[in-house]
Amino acid sequence: MQEEKNSFVREVAEKKYEYGFTTDVQTEIIDKGLSEEVVRLISQKKGEPDWLLEFRLKAYNYWLTQEQPSWGHLQMPDIDYQAISYYADPTQKKAEGGPKEIDPELMKTFDKLGIPLEERLALSGTAVDAVMDSVSVKTTFREKLKEKGIIFCSISEAVKEHPELVRQYLGSVVPYRDNYFAALNSAVFSDGSFVYIPKGVRCPMELSTYFRINARGTGQFERTLIVCDDNAYVSYLEGCTAPMRDENQLHAAIVEIVVMENAEVKYSTVQNWYPGDKDGKGGVLNLVTKRGHLRGANSRLSWTQVETGSAITWKYPSCVLSGDNSQAEFYSVAVTNNYQQADTGTKMIHIGKNTKSTIISKGISAGKSQNSYRGLVKVSSKADGARNYSSCDSLLLGSSCGAHTFPYMDVHNDTAIVEHEATTSKISEDQLLYCNQRGIPTEEAVSLIVNGYAKEVINKLPMEFAVEAQKLLGVSLEGTVG
Amino acid sequence: MSSELQYIEIFDEARQMLDRHSAPALNALRDEAFEDFKRLGFPTQKVERYKYTDVPAAFEPNYGLNLNRLNIPVNPYEVFKCDVPNLSTSLYFMVNDQFYDKKLPTVSLPEGVVVDSLRKMAVERPDIVEKYYGKLARTSKDAVTALNTMLCQDGLLVYVPKNVIVERTVQIVNVLRSDVDLMVNRRVLVVLEEGASIRLLFCDHAIDDCKFLTTQVVETYVGENAHLEMYDLEETHTKNTRFSNTYAEQQTYSTSVIDSITLHNGMTRNRIDLSLCGEYAEVTLNGLVVADKEQRVDNNTLIDHRASNCQSNELYKYVLDDKANCAFAGRVLVREGAQKTVSQETNANLLGGTDARIYTQPMLEIYADDVKCSHGSTVGQLGEQAMFYMRQRGIPYEEARMLLKFAFASDVLQTIHMDALRDRLNYLVDKRFRGELSKCEGCKLCK
Repeated sequence: MQEEKNSFVREVAEKKYEYGFTTDVQTEIIDKGLSEEVVRLISQKKGEPDWLLEFRLKAYNYWLTQEQPSWGHLQMPDIDYQAISYYADPTQKKAEGGPKEIDPELMKTFDKLGIPLEERLALSGTAVDAVMDSVSVKTTFREKLKEKGIIFCSISEAVKEHPELVRQYLGSVVPYRDNYFAALNSAVFSDGSFVYIPKGVRCPMELSTYFRINARGTGQFERTLIVCDDNAYVSYLEGCTAPMRDENQLHAAIVEIVVMENAEVKYSTVQNWYPGDKDGKGGVLNLVTKRGHLRGANSRLSWTQVETGSAITWKYPSCVLSGDNSQAEFYSVAVTNNYQQADTGTKMIHIGKNTKSTIISKGISAGKSQNSYRGLVKVSSKADGARNYSSCDSLLLGSSCGAHTFPYMDVHNDTAIVEHEATTSKISEDQLLYCNQRGIPTEEAVSLIVNGYAKEVINKLPMEFAVEAQKLLGVSLEGTVG
Repeated sequence: MSSELQYIEIFDEARQMLDRHSAPALNALRDEAFEDFKRLGFPTQKVERYKYTDVPAAFEPNYGLNLNRLNIPVNPYEVFKCDVPNLSTSLYFMVNDQFYDKKLPTVSLPEGVVVDSLRKMAVERPDIVEKYYGKLARTSKDAVTALNTMLCQDGLLVYVPKNVIVERTVQIVNVLRSDVDLMVNRRVLVVLEEGASIRLLFCDHAIDDCKFLTTQVVETYVGENAHLEMYDLEETHTKNTRFSNTYAEQQTYSTSVIDSITLHNGMTRNRIDLSLCGEYAEVTLNGLVVADKEQRVDNNTLIDHRASNCQSNELYKYVLDDKANCAFAGRVLVREGAQKTVSQETNANLLGGTDARIYTQPMLEIYADDVKCSHGSTVGQLGEQAMFYMRQRGIPYEEARMLLKFAFASDVLQTIHMDALRDRLNYLVDKRFRGELSKCEGCKLCK
């Protein structure tokens, strides 16, 4: 019986990363290595204005002066920054000067991933910007959005079509000096999405970006910039996958969000980069800087993330609450299995008066993985009436995994109320017995309990994503019981 | 390296003097400690463990060192009558870093129990001192411990032999006494053999209005089935800087209670590094900080669960006013294989002043799956409803605040197992909240 169960588990576990295929598409890849010439070349290939090149060069020169940080609770493999190609373009030019055409293979890839790029096939109510390697392949529903004044396009296009907006906001939330990987990204970022919601507009559909790394030996350095003007609203989704490869692939992105007065942004991520095989070989290094700036009064921002992939996840989607009465939320489920490592959490920086933040983090570790929550709640001396509630729970499945909690609370104001609580435990035998008694096999029971455990976060995701996330949770944890 | 230089120089110059006025067991570790100190240097605030304390700045000023062991004239009984009344403790004094052995009334301790000068005992009972001294406090890991090991010449040894229970509480009053700014390097070694039990109360006082810089390294070994209670009360003054590193190791079925209470101080850094090495060991770590003006207190604890079925409880409470700037970092580490661990950690903070700051960092690091661990941390103010309730009943505003603060702090005080000490501390904390100098009535300063 045990044998039988294990064989089933093994079978499932082995096929579990469904998105590990590669697409055979002609891709233009520049030579490996990073230098000032490469930065200039990327800028030239994208036909960028001088100010942007200057921004890149400043970032590059700053990056040269920095060292890779090592404070995370992570065993980082050495990253050879000269062994990575910083630009890969899977779209091909039809003829000299002609418009780019999408290779049918590419369309198929995204179909296979469940991201239809034909508008007629698309899930109703979701506009997609699909990014493969360094280039945005297609953005759907642009026209429809344009009617409302919403700008949703790749950032390269935005640089050309709306330079004033990009110039005003790019680097205003995450400056290039922010950290090592932010400097790297600022120097070589290729594509990503740009969203601008004008004053008073409620975006009628979910906007989403789908990131895919395809080419070998490349890294992905996308950059997303979302600006939500006064009284506007947008819900934004991000999804990611990568092929199975033996080597580690680097993903160092930046997401910047600006939220103005009375505006609201919801940012949801389902991160499913290739996590490496069961022996910890390969996988994506996900080193991302995400930050939202709540500039206006009464603004709201919520980060929801479901992290199941990546060999290493090292990111802290953060909120700077400058506007009075602004509210921020962070909901996270991070699942690690096999040799995956995650050091993730958030930063809530309270500056405005009567600001509120909520942090709900659920970590699940299995196999030989290490899962850490690290979070900062900072209340500055001017942030009167600031309120924070954090709750971080960890669930351990397996005796060789680790779950860690490192919360930091810096309170400089005597009217602030900051609360933090955390628990770490395994699934109790009582719970399992209860399920078993009622005829639910252990494996199913575990999945049931895990889903219940993560529900608080998954409920915050948009419908389609929630279903996807629930499935992912199940798949990521296959084979952890027994 | 500027802060370190003066210590390196003084060690080079005064090496022989240090040795001459100390004992071989203590001298034996100096060279290694010196090498470690030179290699490590003082930790900067970039080192996670020392994030909230500027160590180089604390060691920068020029303090005198009493390396020649000159006798500082003092009669502790005269200048200091702070024994907790009705407690009937066995009373000992440490003047600066020297064990005070004159005019002591004979204290009757059970046979075999040693409470005496570390320097003296290193000669008389080398079997104990050589076996335990410097074994837990590894100089290669911490520069302050290395510095203390380099420079310390005397200290205290507490030894309780197998199955001996010391009924009477042993009180050690650390008196800081000097006419010039002084650096003090104190060393405490506590060894409890199997089944032994003792209660220790340390009180830190400064009786002169000089600047003091104290480094203290405490090593405690708690044997199988042994029981240790250690209360550490600091009541000095704003010119006092204290670095205390406590290293503890517990064996199977042992229990211990370690309380750190800081009422008056300048800058204090207390590090507790405790390992539960045997199964079914239990530890309770408690702390209370009452700080105002520009007091700085940084409590940094590590509870290392190395064996299974152990239990740890940690409760730290801070009441901060004015410009007090305090930190708490408590790390609970559950190693692989330490199954069935139960651990709870709580840190609660009351912020009273607009310029008061608190940095809190409760950490869990867990490598075993069958555990129940939790931690909680809060920062807030006195409850409005509770205040309203009391005001309604005619209790004046200030009085009501005091009552609530006192109730908040009493959670920690309740855990003290000695009635007389608990009453005394209740009294001291109450006085402290009233803003009165909470030194004893009897001491020189209060007269």
